[in-house]
Amino acid sequence: MESIYLMIPLAPLIGSIVAGLFGARIGRKGAHRVTITGVAIAFLGSLLAFKHIVLDHAGAYNATVYQWALSGGTGFQVGFLIDSLTTLMMVVVTFVSLMVHVYTIGYMAHDEENWPEDSRAGINSYQRFFSYISLFTFSMLMLVMANNFMQLFFGWEAVGLVSYLLIGFWSTRDSAVYANLKAFLVNRVGDFGFLLGIATVLMYFGSLDYHTVFAHVEQVEGQTITLFGDHAWSVLTVACLLLFVGAMGKSAQIPLHVWLPDSMEGPTPISALIHAATMVTAGIFMVARMSPLFEHSEVALSFVLVIGALTSFLMGLVGIVQNDIKRVVAYSTLSQLGYMTVGLGASAYAASIFHLMTHAFFKALLFLAAGSVIIAMHHVQDIRKMGGLKKYMPITYWTSLIGSLALIGFPGFAGFFSKDSIIEAVQLSHIPGSGFAYWMVLLGVFVTAFYSFRMFFLVFHTEERMDEHTRSHLKESPWVVTVPLIALAVPSVLAGYLIDPVVVGDYFKGVITVAHEHEAIHHMREHFEGAWAMIQHGLVAPPFWLAMSGLGLAWFIYTRKPEIADMAARRFSWLYDLLMNKYGFDDFNERVFARGSLAIGNFLSRFGDQKLIEGIVNGSARLVGGVAAVTRYLQSGLLYHYSFVMILGLLGFLGWFVLRG
Amino acid sequence: MTFTAFLFYFFAVLQVFVAISLITVKNPVHSVLLLVVTFFCGSVLWMLLEMEFLSIVLVLVYVGAVMVLFLFVVMMLDINLTEMRAGFVRYFAIGVPIALALAGLMVWVLDGKLFQVEGPPPRPEGYSNVDELGSVLYTDYFYSFELAAVVLLVAMVAAITLTFRRRPGTRRQDPAQQIKVRREERVRLVKMKSESRS
Amino acid sequence: MIPLSHYLILSAILFSIAIAGIFLNRKNLVLILVCIELMLLAVNTNFIAFSHYLGDLAGQVFVFFILTVAAAEAAIGLAILITVFRNRRSINIDDLDELKG
Repeated sequence: MESIYLMIPLAPLIGSIVAGLFGARIGRKGAHRVTITGVAIAFLGSLLAFKHIVLDHAGAYNATVYQWALSGGTGFQVGFLIDSLTTLMMVVVTFVSLMVHVYTIGYMAHDEENWPEDSRAGINSYQRFFSYISLFTFSMLMLVMANNFMQLFFGWEAVGLVSYLLIGFWSTRDSAVYANLKAFLVNRVGDFGFLLGIATVLMYFGSLDYHTVFAHVEQVEGQTITLFGDHAWSVLTVACLLLFVGAMGKSAQIPLHVWLPDSMEGPTPISALIHAATMVTAGIFMVARMSPLFEHSEVALSFVLVIGALTSFLMGLVGIVQNDIKRVVAYSTLSQLGYMTVGLGASAYAASIFHLMTHAFFKALLFLAAGSVIIAMHHVQDIRKMGGLKKYMPITYWTSLIGSLALIGFPGFAGFFSKDSIIEAVQLSHIPGSGFAYWMVLLGVFVTAFYSFRMFFLVFHTEERMDEHTRSHLKESPWVVTVPLIALAVPSVLAGYLIDPVVVGDYFKGVITVAHEHEAIHHMREHFEGAWAMIQHGLVAPPFWLAMSGLGLAWFIYTRKPEIADMAARRFSWLYDLLMNKYGFDDFNERVFARGSLAIGNFLSRFGDQKLIEGIVNGSARLVGGVAAVTRYLQSGLLYHYSFVMILGLLGFLGWFVLRG
Repeated sequence: MTFTAFLFYFFAVLQVFVAISLITVKNPVHSVLLLVVTFFCGSVLWMLLEMEFLSIVLVLVYVGAVMVLFLFVVMMLDINLTEMRAGFVRYFAIGVPIALALAGLMVWVLDGKLFQVEGPPPRPEGYSNVDELGSVLYTDYFYSFELAAVVLLVAMVAAITLTFRRRPGTRRQDPAQQIKVRREERVRLVKMKSESRS
Repeated sequence: MIPLSHYLILSAILFSIAIAGIFLNRKNLVLILVCIELMLLAVNTNFIAFSHYLGDLAGQVFVFFILTVAAAEAAIGLAILITVFRNRRSINIDDLDELKG
């Protein structure tokens, strides 16, 4: 079984290396064949692991693969911890990655059109893309399979790197380059907090190994650390808050969310893979994995709750005013990540992971469908220029509908089960901030439904607003695009029925720890009567009504009376502008951090570097030169001067000797 | 004062006086000649100290050879005398006090009690300075003596190397070439009919 | 009787005069060589005086060798003087300042 576990991350890595280094030689077909084979092997391996660990109840596998370094008593290993949480993530990641790999064959088929004539990066870009997405799969697998913080951090950074490479894939476009830099820099801020959190863990637990750390939580619980003056903080609170800062960066929570909308500059397959299903969920996964730590810090859980709530509601609002099809889905992702974070804050880790899983399926589906639309529309992405695509692209239409219904939490679809679990968990929770969070996520349901179906109606219904040339070329996308859509639509419907055992069952027993006082999940578990009962209950619960009213309003405004939208934009222009400006986060970052750094840099360059250092360095050189220029007159070249000085010396010597004694 | 003392003071003062003039005259030839006079005074003083050999050697060898050499060279140099007359007095003010200080310091030391040694007892009959010197020179100091000879040889070689030059246009003999000559290069036999007398 | 100190004082005075001659002289390269000879004379007088008053023959032997070496050095010094004169046509010290910094 061990070799299978090793094969799971290594197969995509080998595929990536082959496609990356030998891409020119093996050509397009060779590249996509070798990478898809690699990811397929990883997927099969993940299924086998799932079967072994979960279905055959083999128990968690925790072993060191390779000891990388030993430094001052702390060992750094490469190791695997494979339990129910890991296998769930592995299956999700490899499945979505496989779907995206197949989809990319169709999406990037004409990629040479996206590069200028003389671009060197455009040569073999197809193979390079496949190499990158396989590399991403490897990194993400290493992250989820890690059994220690070091490997987790390695995977964390590696996915950040590949995300950077992929966002800026079309590197000849300025906007892409700005976006990938933004993503990397914002992630860096999160990683800084993450690293401090890891350091705190290392300092107080003495080890980076999960098993050791979790075993000693009780011992560290009472210890405090003094920061910022005399205020004593609980060590666990500090560690959890810092670790969560990392999650904020990676999972795009306010205020480190600014990179995700810009990351839509990358090709759609990676938006689906990285910025919907997998990389952004790394933060959620990490917090769930650290549940033994978070359960001991109510402060951290409150913080998580509030941040998640703010993100879920505020980002949803911004999604309403977006006109780029990918941006709508991006803000939707931000909002749903907020939901997952809220679930974590309410100590309903299982519900968050469950929502992570269902969201991966239907959000990847929505992104890939958007990509299918973009291909058909010849890379036009503005939904104001679309309309009526239902009759041209039926498969895309029906799969998008399924995805959208899953997203809004329509009873029976996957999203319903996971979302409602979170909403209920927040309602039952007593952690400070949960009341606020409950209202946020509840209103968020309305907002989600509204923006989702606004987009749906504007793209697939309403009158056709594209130009004649594009319209004549509209057709359904090739099978390599539509088969993944269908393959993802299936779990978008059915995955929800896994709620028992995942959320209310024993799936995460021993893996996720929930303290007794955070009884939200316990309560839900006791009151769960089966999926069908949940659907019935859901049909009469507030979330359903809010979702239906959002859907209805969107239908009414955009299919019947579009002028209401314009009027509302004018009447509430203050709100409209605020949303269009994304609450000013980008402006703030640019003015304070970007220009501030530039100003500091300029200042240091002028005063620090030019005046001070060059003053000292050049000044000392000039001083030496000056002294030398004067002293060189001693060397007159004239014999009598030299002899005179000799005699003076002699006189001095003699005088000193004689007069001394 | 005794005659010896008088001789000493006379020649000492003369020597000092001549030395001072030696450094102040403008013509270098005059300087050298005055140096000769200084040496003569010195020779007398050494004679007073009963060092006959060295005293005579000073005159014969040093004055007779080395100073003559000086004179040869100085007279050989075509020196522009008018240039020599310029600015001497300017540097007097700083130089002379230094020299006086040096002299004063040394004199002050040498006038101390340590150096008030009276002369040795008179020499016995038949005392020969040359004998004394010779008996020591060729025995104890033999090695130094040989080295001194080598030094003189080296000095000779050095002086020749520095100054020897061939003047263009002079004719010399080159014995090496002369020996290498072959008969064919010099003699050519020509058969000629004898002319009849007519 | 003349004490030793008188001879030594004489020697010191001659030596100082010679030194003054070296650095007071700006125009004449020959004078430097002459002053060197004068210095040697002063030193020789010193040695002779000590040899006489202390009854040690080593002084005389030393003078002997000093004379030898002084002769050699005078010869070479003059050779150098001739060479300098041939190259520069002047024995003015002010003209010989090419080593200035």
